[in-house]
Amino acid sequence: MLELRNLTKKVGNALHINDISLTMEKGSLNVLLGPTLSGKTSLMRLMAGLDRPNSGEILMDGTDVVGVPVQKRNVAMVYQQFINYPAMSVYENIASPMRVKKADDATIDRKVREAADLMKLTPYLDRTPLNLSGGQQQRTALARALVKDAELVLLDEPLANLDYKLREELRVELPRIFAETGAIFVYATTEPQEALLLGGQTATLHQGKLTQFAETINVYNEPEDLITAKTFSDPPMNIVPLDKSGEKLAFENNNTDIPKAAADLPDGTYKIGVRPHHVFLTKPDTPSLKMNGVISTTEITGSESFIHVRNNELDVVALVHGVHRVEIGEPIEIYLDQSKFFIFDGNEKLVCAPEIVEAHNG
Amino acid sequence: MAKITLDKLAHSYYPNPKSDADFALKELDYEWEDGGAYALLGPSGCGKTTLLNIISGLRVPSKGNIKFGDQDVTHLQPEERNIAQVFQFPVIYDTMTVRQNLEFPLVNRRVEKTEIDKRVSEMLAVLDLEGMADRKARGLTADEKQKISLGRGLVRYDVNAILFDEPLTVIDPHMKWQLRTKLKDLHRQLGHTMIYVTHDQTEALTFAYKVVVMYEGEVVQIGTPEELFNEPAHTFVGYFIGSPGMNILSAQVQGNTAHIGSNEIELKNNYQAISGSPELGIRPEFVKLHSKNNGMPINVQAVEDIGRFKIVRGLLEGQEINAVLPEGEPVPTDPRVTFDASQINIYEDSHLVRKGS
Amino acid sequence: MDKTYNNKAWLLVLPVFFLVAISAIIPIMTVVNYSVQDTFGNNQFFWAGTEWFQDVLRSERFWDALSRNLLFSFIILSIEIPLGIAITLSMPKKGMWVPVCLVLMALPLLIPWNVVGTIWQIFGRADIGLLGHTLSSLGINYNYTSNIFDAWVTIIIMDVWHWTSLVVLLCYAGLVSIPEAYYQAARIDGTSRWSVFRYIQLPKMRGVLIIAFLLRFMDSFMIYTEPFVLTGGGPGNSTTFMSIDLVKQAIGQFDLGPAAAMSLIYQLIVLLICYIFFTVMSNVGSEKPEQGAEH
Repeated sequence: MLELRNLTKKVGNALHINDISLTMEKGSLNVLLGPTLSGKTSLMRLMAGLDRPNSGEILMDGTDVVGVPVQKRNVAMVYQQFINYPAMSVYENIASPMRVKKADDATIDRKVREAADLMKLTPYLDRTPLNLSGGQQQRTALARALVKDAELVLLDEPLANLDYKLREELRVELPRIFAETGAIFVYATTEPQEALLLGGQTATLHQGKLTQFAETINVYNEPEDLITAKTFSDPPMNIVPLDKSGEKLAFENNNTDIPKAAADLPDGTYKIGVRPHHVFLTKPDTPSLKMNGVISTTEITGSESFIHVRNNELDVVALVHGVHRVEIGEPIEIYLDQSKFFIFDGNEKLVCAPEIVEAHNG
Repeated sequence: MAKITLDKLAHSYYPNPKSDADFALKELDYEWEDGGAYALLGPSGCGKTTLLNIISGLRVPSKGNIKFGDQDVTHLQPEERNIAQVFQFPVIYDTMTVRQNLEFPLVNRRVEKTEIDKRVSEMLAVLDLEGMADRKARGLTADEKQKISLGRGLVRYDVNAILFDEPLTVIDPHMKWQLRTKLKDLHRQLGHTMIYVTHDQTEALTFAYKVVVMYEGEVVQIGTPEELFNEPAHTFVGYFIGSPGMNILSAQVQGNTAHIGSNEIELKNNYQAISGSPELGIRPEFVKLHSKNNGMPINVQAVEDIGRFKIVRGLLEGQEINAVLPEGEPVPTDPRVTFDASQINIYEDSHLVRKGS
Repeated sequence: MDKTYNNKAWLLVLPVFFLVAISAIIPIMTVVNYSVQDTFGNNQFFWAGTEWFQDVLRSERFWDALSRNLLFSFIILSIEIPLGIAITLSMPKKGMWVPVCLVLMALPLLIPWNVVGTIWQIFGRADIGLLGHTLSSLGINYNYTSNIFDAWVTIIIMDVWHWTSLVVLLCYAGLVSIPEAYYQAARIDGTSRWSVFRYIQLPKMRGVLIIAFLLRFMDSFMIYTEPFVLTGGGPGNSTTFMSIDLVKQAIGQFDLGPAAAMSLIYQLIVLLICYIFFTVMSNVGSEKPEQGAEH
């Protein structure tokens, strides 16, 4: 079990890590999600022992490891750049951590072949990394991290430099491979989709602060504050200010009934978050809030279309099924699904999340 | 601005290419319409960058010609072609201010001072860079720098085309959205011919009106996003477009029925006997899950909840099959699947068999 | 920022620390010791205070030598830096000729200082030297041992020949690190060859140029062996640089006190000029660093 307690890291006057506490269990997959410069890499460097925190504790199975050098920590790390030993074959690259530990040849051979098999590298074992594609090079680096039998495996945006489809395939394979080893996995990414595909737990970071840490799907379904909600949405969540007065939530001249769970909130202005796929172009049967606007851009992905609608300073994006050819500049009415409102108060804290409807088998 | 014609264009990195396999870019005939927004989409090594370099003039094709309007530009240098290009990593002139960066291509072309000022201030406004016009370009963020690279192309009103070489690689996801929307906007406002190279299907499909899908040096399909989605001309297009990609199942096809193992599937169209290896393609979006007795039983291997929907990964008669389950719907206990007949495509040796043929 | 945290690493520094103490700190302290005392031999020392420093600063000989040094450094820097950049720009950036060029460039750097002096001494002789003989057969009266101008020209050409390669190698390293996209973008922007240099290559080589500049300044300002071998400081005192003068005083005349004071002043001048150069050059064309980089 890895425990981080009140970690703080400053570089000069810049606070890179601001009072972060986290607990990660053995065999767990933990995603660090946040934009560039949010502190993901800094936090990983502290966990690895490459940097020393200015204050706070790092406990590995209860013992404080702050100050223990990285060589003694049994940590494996994979970077965004493909880092392999250029002069060694793929086989030797994968074997290298075990050679350091002086494992016997039979064990090495068995484990290298296992890892190569998992990472689909078996045909390339005799090649050197420079003769491989980017994806194969990164799989070599991943295989090396796996055979190390490290207690802690840190992956810093390992798929960021790979092709889209390859990324998609590896994302599916990685959680399965992680689960088998029993180590603590930490995976940094800027992409919400990636976090969702990986599953496990997610810690969202913003400007060096931890904004939430919970099961990935729960962070997605119930982000505790507006910043987390924004971090965890791709396409970006729409944020609309609404006035609550009595039973009604109003925007301009339109209003809708307030969701039941939020009925007791005091009157006032709230920010509501609605994901693009809960914005409709035609009035649904369920309660919804009408908004008027002008179409500013449309994007079509084949099965779905993104319609950007502008209302004064607000930009609302609707993600709708099928292909909708609409005229840019045309006025349009859109409907925000009331049952899917995330309601944030004046401090941008979540006060009401949409009910998760998971109908049971019928 | 001009239409771009590719006339029997092909390129090989070998001096004397012998077989088809020696060509990094296989023979291609195409006309890019003036003012269109195009994407070149494919995995790395598919030849899309080669094609882009031929258009920009960094590479001379081994065969065929390229024309801008009526002018043959095959052997012209990049600077003689009047094009603009935005690269994967932002290219800015470090020592200059944002404004000077935008002025640079115009100053080089000896445009009049008053005209330069007018265009540059317009461009600063369009790109939302007014606030930082007189800052050194060096200290800006990646997306701001990328906007400058783009602006340097756009200030030249008369460019034949603007080429983008994976321009969003170094941009954070939420900024990608903004920049892509901005690009669409600019295309609409200014009407330049734009060609966008990427391996990311979302970027290609949302940006372009026409997408050119490339695979191993060959253009496998050119079509609108809808066409690529609904009727992939090649199984590779089916797999590459869509996330997860199209399910490709080997099947027996006869008349208007297909057989996968012991399962019989009704087809909308009549197919003549297929001599090559027949396959059935169906997108996960059109695979319906049931718990009742209708449909084909599958073995569920994994379920991924990605918020908007769930991906159910299973085996149908030993073949991998994915289904997409809308938000809020449960995975049935003893799942069976049916296919939406109107969305089934039939392939022969990886190529689409046109319906009704 | 990429620091690895390990206390034991300090132990590895200890031997170096001892070596530096013996090789630098102790001799410097000895020099400081000499500079404030007078001796008549027999290991008898008398306190002299700042007398030697005042003497040195008042002597014409010191100021002459210093101005010779400054002139020499100024001339060779204004030749070697532009010439080095020019050679770098004309070198191939890829292909089989790259290693050939680099090795050829590195050759002069491998020759020991005194050998360089000797080579040029012979090279320039009117009786047997290729250069000297050729010039005199062309009717040019060239003699570096008697003509001040000839002596200076010879030393400068020798230094340029010896050290321009260093500037080239450093600049080359800076130049090849510029991504190809920059050149492509420049061509598309319709940039002239000069603008490519002014706005892409020069800014990207700034870092290595500062290093080249400082190294060449320090080395040229402390030049000793080559002019010593070639001209011995002559004709007259025309090529007596501070280092040569220093040795004459300390070993030739055994004036330990003034020599010690002079060497300390010398050292301070080098440090001061380097500091000024470095500060000025680092600030030229640079902006405040980007905030809070993550790596």
